Amino acid sequence: MKAVTVETAKIERPAKTKASRFFSTMLQQRYLYLMSIPFVIWVFVFSYLPLWGWTMAFQKFKPAKSFFEQDWVGFDYFKELFHDDTFFQALRNTLAMSVMGLIAGFTIPIILAILLNEVRQQMFKRVVQTISYLPHFVSWVVAAGIISKMLSTDNGVVNEVLVGLHLIHEPIQFMAKGNLFWSIVTASDVWKETGWNTIIYLAAIAGIGPELYEAARVDGASRLQQVWHITLPGIRSTIIILIIISIGHLISIGFEKQFLLGNNLVRDYSQTLDLYALNYGLGMGRYSFGTAINIFNSVVSVILLFAANGIFKKITKESII
Amino acid sequence: MATNRITASGTPWSDRIFDIVVYVAIVIVTVVTLYPFLNVLAISLNDSTDSVKGGITIFPRQFTLKNYDTIFAFSGLLTGLKISVLRTIIGTVLGLISSSMLAFTLSRVDFQGRKFVSTFLALTMYVSGGLIPFYILIKDLHMMGTFAVYVLPGLVSAFNVFVIRSFIDGIPYALQESAKLDGANDFTIYWRVILPLTKPALATIALFLAVGQWNSWFDTFLYNASKDNLTTLQYELMKVIQSTQTNVDNFRGRNMVEVMAQISPESVKMAITIIVTVPILVVYPFLQRYFVKGMTLGAVKS
Repeated sequence: MKAVTVETAKIERPAKTKASRFFSTMLQQRYLYLMSIPFVIWVFVFSYLPLWGWTMAFQKFKPAKSFFEQDWVGFDYFKELFHDDTFFQALRNTLAMSVMGLIAGFTIPIILAILLNEVRQQMFKRVVQTISYLPHFVSWVVAAGIISKMLSTDNGVVNEVLVGLHLIHEPIQFMAKGNLFWSIVTASDVWKETGWNTIIYLAAIAGIGPELYEAARVDGASRLQQVWHITLPGIRSTIIILIIISIGHLISIGFEKQFLLGNNLVRDYSQTLDLYALNYGLGMGRYSFGTAINIFNSVVSVILLFAANGIFKKITKESII
Repeated sequence: MATNRITASGTPWSDRIFDIVVYVAIVIVTVVTLYPFLNVLAISLNDSTDSVKGGITIFPRQFTLKNYDTIFAFSGLLTGLKISVLRTIIGTVLGLISSSMLAFTLSRVDFQGRKFVSTFLALTMYVSGGLIPFYILIKDLHMMGTFAVYVLPGLVSAFNVFVIRSFIDGIPYALQESAKLDGANDFTIYWRVILPLTKPALATIALFLAVGQWNSWFDTFLYNASKDNLTTLQYELMKVIQSTQTNVDNFRGRNMVEVMAQISPESVKMAITIIVTVPILVVYPFLQRYFVKGMTLGAVKS
């Protein structure tokens, strides 16, 4: 090696091996090591050890026994899973709610962002934006409480408005109707996250050059035509990126909303894969079976993520992973 | 457009209509967003027996603070408040220190472990073990029924670390070099030079961490449901909400509604909803510019 520094030359050790150079740098960087190793261990414990826990799905797991004493059962739990009607129901619910969420979660924030962009009074715009972020910051517990109050049959505002407008004759029991559950979850999500999701589109719209709008105005384009021909094409790439990212997360919608908004009456429609794992795995102490559900979920979402990334690469020659 | 008739002010009619549509739509969105909160606030401040009659919109009809008085008399709420505040403060401070420290080491191009650590960390964003293996892990670590379970598992999030790192990357390296010439070690550089300059990014992450801590209920439900002294506000609210719905499955611990028969469950629910929401309401408008920045920064990076 040519690059022998003055410092190392002084320490009279002619043949410095790669390893010893590594360790001397390590000594120099001891603070950097001290500042990162604890967190590496931490990440190992809380993020990688659970992956080791996947072995449970292939055992007849008993919490009291050690790893070596467990009975191995191979793919039995997966077979059981794929023969369980509840599993397919949970899969259907998960996909239905995520697709509905995807569609509503994209179109509505884009529309609101465009509307906000058309507001000329800055003060009004800022107040509206601040208000629209509010639901994002409250917990789903609070949101679920508020939503079930608004939808309730006694004095819930939604029923009062609908009855007042003579659209329905008597209040609807929203929270007890299974076939309405998906829509309620989607609408709740829209209510909670729309304002927050406009941030990214507004940032993208702000990046469109004002000269484009001026040119369009000179050509006599109306405001609506400007939105259609300039604003929307201007944020197209942002929209595509976000859609692809969302496709990667299609199956991992969790269970929080469904847990809090659902109840036994609507269980057939509210149970997502994660909720299924919670109820049938943890709730009944069937850890191995529940882990099999978790594995299915994780594996499918990684596949989706890579598939989405592959599509994205093809379109834009860039990678999001 | 030639076909557009021009009004007196010189704006085409179609643009006038467009403006009206825009404002009407935005006002509707604002009302839909805000009304539920105002309605809940009004009911929480209204006499409980009067509320049952219905018809309360955004102003209380018979103003009273009795609902709040009553629920604060319930010890679970005070414990919940204490634990929620504690976990928010401790979780945020620890989370900030650890993610910024890790971000600093990852921003150092000369650091040998850089590549390994950042790959190791990035992988956690894509694969997760899932709920049940995690539950078993917590159990094996003997963290069930402890306060630690609130702050330790969420200590380092890959996303936060990468957001802070990309911010540190923007700070000129010359600053670190001159500190080094003055004899500072890497930890001093982090503490004295980097941390003060990273404030805007830290403010964003602090907000996310604090809101996350304040809002979480599931860890209490899963790990600490039997511990009355470790309950959180969100969990207490969750119990009240779930108990008035149809499924009171298998909640251990006492429930506020059972404890207080004096006021209606709905008033309890509304008052505690307000208590849980107010701290966020107070904080977030002031930090708006930070989180908008963090949101766009994070989106660009991911």
